[in-house]
Order: sequence, then C-alpha cells, then structure tokens
Amino acid sequence: MTRPAPEPAAVALPQVASVLVPPTRRTADRPALWWAGAVTLALLVLFALLGPLIWREPIAQDLSRFLQAPTPAEPLGHDHLGRSVIARLAHATRLSLVLAILCVTVAMIAGTLTGILAAWRGRWVDTLLHGLSETLVAIPALLIVLIASAAGGGGLTMLFVGIALVQWIEYFRVVRARSGVLLAGPGVEAARLLGLGPVHVLRRHLWPELRPVLLTMASFGIGTAVLTLSTLGFVGVGVSPPTPELGLMITEAFPFYSEAPWMSLAPVLVLAATLLGLLGIRGTEARS
Amino acid sequence: MLRLLRRRALQAVGVTLVVSTACFVMIRTLPGDLAFRIAAGRYGYDQVDAASAEGVRAELGLDRPAWQQLLEWWAGLARLDLGTSLVTRASIADELGHALGASLHLAAVALAMGCLVGVTLGAAAAHRPGGALDKLTTLAVVGSRALPPFILGLLLILVFAVHLGVLPAAGHGQASNVALPAAALAIGLAGLFARITRDTVVQVRATEYVQFARTKGLNGRLVLTRHVLRNSGVTVVSYVGVQALILIEGVIVIESLFGWPGLGHALVHAVFWRDVPMIQATAVALALLVVVINTAVDVSTAAMDPRPRVKEVTP
Repeated sequence: MTRPAPEPAAVALPQVASVLVPPTRRTADRPALWWAGAVTLALLVLFALLGPLIWREPIAQDLSRFLQAPTPAEPLGHDHLGRSVIARLAHATRLSLVLAILCVTVAMIAGTLTGILAAWRGRWVDTLLHGLSETLVAIPALLIVLIASAAGGGGLTMLFVGIALVQWIEYFRVVRARSGVLLAGPGVEAARLLGLGPVHVLRRHLWPELRPVLLTMASFGIGTAVLTLSTLGFVGVGVSPPTPELGLMITEAFPFYSEAPWMSLAPVLVLAATLLGLLGIRGTEARS
Repeated sequence: MLRLLRRRALQAVGVTLVVSTACFVMIRTLPGDLAFRIAAGRYGYDQVDAASAEGVRAELGLDRPAWQQLLEWWAGLARLDLGTSLVTRASIADELGHALGASLHLAAVALAMGCLVGVTLGAAAAHRPGGALDKLTTLAVVGSRALPPFILGLLLILVFAVHLGVLPAAGHGQASNVALPAAALAIGLAGLFARITRDTVVQVRATEYVQFARTKGLNGRLVLTRHVLRNSGVTVVSYVGVQALILIEGVIVIESLFGWPGLGHALVHAVFWRDVPMIQATAVALALLVVVINTAVDVSTAAMDPRPRVKEVTP
C-alpha cells in the first residue's frame, strides 16, 4: 500500500530543529562571537580551577571584617559574616561547573544508551521507555529537581540525581528519534546485507550522525544545569549553607546591596558569563 | 481529536502517579525519625519528646507496612482527599484553592503581556528581515533568554522598586502588586514569542498563497491580517504549549522572589519544611497545569487549522 509521503507539518518546531541540525563546523574561520564565548569560558574554568587554590577559606568567618570593602588581596571584600567573597565565589564556580559537567556526562551516556536500545529493540522496551519519557517530559524540569532536592535534604547527591534525571529525557528522546530514522535507512540496511554486525552499525552509522547533535545538546545542558543549581540555591532549597553556591550567594548578598553592591553583582556576573559564554560557542542564535 | 485527548489524559494520570509516588518515597526516606520531625514542626524543637512523637506516629499511621501506606496514599489522592499539612495542620485543599487562584492570576497576566509584546515585536521585526529593528530585537531576545528569571526579577526590583520607587517589590492584594512579577516572567516569554513570530511571519510571507494574494491586488493590510497573521497564528499558538513549561518553572522562582502567595511559593516553602502532603498537592497541581495548558493548545490549534494532519513529526 503506497501513500504519498505526508507533507512536512507546518507546525514544525523551528527551535528544536535548529538544535537538531547543528551549524556546519568550520575550524578555519570561526565568528568573533565564538571566540568571545570560548575565551569567557576558558577564563571561568581557569578561575574555578585556580581560585580555590589561591583563596582557600570559603567558610571561615571573621565578624570583625563585616562587609569590608575590596582590597588588592581580597578583590571582592568580605560578606556580612566576614567571609572572603572571592574565596566563596571561586568555590561556588567550581561546584557549579563540576556538578554541571557530571550531570551532563551521566545524562548523555544514559540517554544515548537507552535511546539506541529503544530504537533498536523496539516493542516493549520502546513502549516502556517512551511511555516514561512522555510522562516525565510533561513535568516542568524544576519541579522534578525540587522534589529530588526535597528527598535529599540539602545534599549534593540528590540534586545531582534530579538534574541528571531531567536531562536524561532530552538525550533519550532525540537519540531515539534520530536512531529510528537511521536504522530504517538504506545505509544500515546495506550494512546488514553485507553481514556487518551491530558494532559496525553503531560506530559507522549511528555515532557519526549523533555526535554533533549530542555536543550541541551538551552545551545547552551545562547551561541548564548551572542555572538549575543556582535557582534552587536562590530560593533556599538547594545546597544547604554554609557551602558556597552562586544562587545562595546572591540571596545572601541582596539585603546588603546598598552597602556592598559588589557582593551581589559578582555571583550574578559569573552566572551571566557562564550562560553567555555557552551561548556564544553554540552560535545557533546567529541568523542568516 | 479523541486520540489527542486520550494521550493527554494518559499523560495526566502518569504525571500524577509519578509525582505522588515520588512524594511517598520521599516521606519514607527522610533522614531521622519522621514522627519526631513532624512533632518538631508542630510543637517546636524544644517541646519534642518520645511521647509526642509516638502520638504523631499513631495518628498518622506511620507504623504500618509500606505498601499498605502507598495504596492508601493513592486512594486518598483519587478521592481528592489531599490531607492536612504536616506543619500547620491546615486543610491542604483550602490552601491549594487560594494558591491556585493566585498563580493563575500571575500566569495569565504574564502570558498576556509576553504574548502581546512578543508577537508585536516579532511581526514588526519580520517586516524587514535584516533591518535595524530586526537586529535590535534579536539582540534583546538573546539577552532576555540568557538571563535567568530570578536575575531578571532582581533587576526589576532594583530598578523599579529600589531606585525609582514607582512599583512595589512584594506584596499581594493591590492591582499594582502583579506588575513586577508578571513583567519578570513576561520578558522571557516575550523573547521566545518574538523569535517564533518573526521566523514564522518571514516564512509565511514567502509562501505562494501570500504571493498570489499580493498578485491579485489585495492591499497590504488585508494580506497581513487575513493570510500572514492567521497562518502564523497556528505556529505561535502551538508554541504556547512549549512556553507552559517555561512559565510554570518561572512561576516557582518568581513567586518565591516576590512573595506572591501562589503554588510555587507554597511548593518551595513546603520543600523547605519537608511538608510532604503539601509538596505533593502543589507539585501535582503545577504538573497538571502544564497538561491542561497543552490540552487547550492542542484543541485550539485543531480549531484554527482545519487541515487534518499527523501531529508527530518523528516516529
């Protein structure tokens, strides 16, 4: 039975489509925006790596230094408990980046494996996993992380599990959809006719197609994870104090905004730099 | 249409079960003795002893096997019996009613503002792609999307409440109270709406039917309202569903920031105090709100666009 191929739906989602089809990578001439993003991120990573080594005491209190103004040794001064703001900022940046990268890595591996599995095996495996993702995708991500955080009680482990659980869904859905198309295509059919095994199909047919998509998604995912962590900290249900965390630092500093604006602005700046840096290297916002 | 509604109904049941079970697991795995914690929440930390904890345990039936309690937990939810708050002992159904009203108010104002500003900007930018206005909106859109809602909210408080002093930073009850939280939510929504409207209008204007309408001599205004905007509307409205997720996430953060007594505020508060029945009620309500908005979007898209089509793009 032959039916004309359905015309591409007019309700195609341009946003998603631009994520799925990453811009062609040309190493030769990258736009200035890419470089700006890359340099920003490199500086942030450097700060997260070296900062905690230079300023070692993020939770040591010294109330005689209440809201002390910045000095050359302490470029961001001290907060309302006399703690070094730059030490807290460096440790918070490291925490955010490490947690984000960890979440994205775990979510990507889990999502890719389950996605390929669902597309490959089909039947009940697919029904089960797809049903689960249909349910989870309807719940706002922040809600899932909030519930996980409530279960963890201020611990980092449950926050990590929550964020990874949320991100897993995206990788699963994209990988499953893409692999489904690829596995049904003529390339894989030819490989199977030639008697080449699943390892070949995975390495030569699926991976090269999935890799660029996964990379683009990972840069989104790191931004989302950093943002989620700081949002939870900001509303007071994330990492429990006194652990330095960007969102928590913003909340703590805000009442002292008129006396010590640098204290509130520094974590905001780090957060904005992370998100804008990721935006820059992604480059999907660029338009023709 | 029926298939569509059935899918959404399944989603609603699935969402409720997942959230409810998670809350149940949470209440069982809380660190420390649950009865002691609840007693501490009720009577204050220095008033707790073994006797009051035993009282709480017997009252809430915490000493029975887990599966029995889970079944009862689900049965209670099915009867719409949301129980009472572990902390305040108030009926959760009552509190939920108030919070839902406040959240819907905020969300509706934000969505209306975001849609109005975004669609207007997008349509204006699409008028001349690559022009100054187009570039300016692109920049504004990228900026507004890179800023997380809570920083946007803080900036708004700083500018309008602290420095200019024209709008109240927090509170509820007066009409002016909704302005800042709704604006904080609307800026992010408007950014996405502007982008989608701009892209869609540019696409629709390039289609053959618009070319034809022009060729047959229809004036510009009629082409815009009758052909371009109506056909763009289908895409923009279908995006309200995607926006619903962003909106609900924003509601959680923004309500906490501005002290708006809605579902998000109640949820964050409940998470802080580990008030599990309250977490369950507010989380289920927020999750169902997303499903309801998406259902409304499905129905109105189907009404706007008579062409029958398979919704799923991917298998």
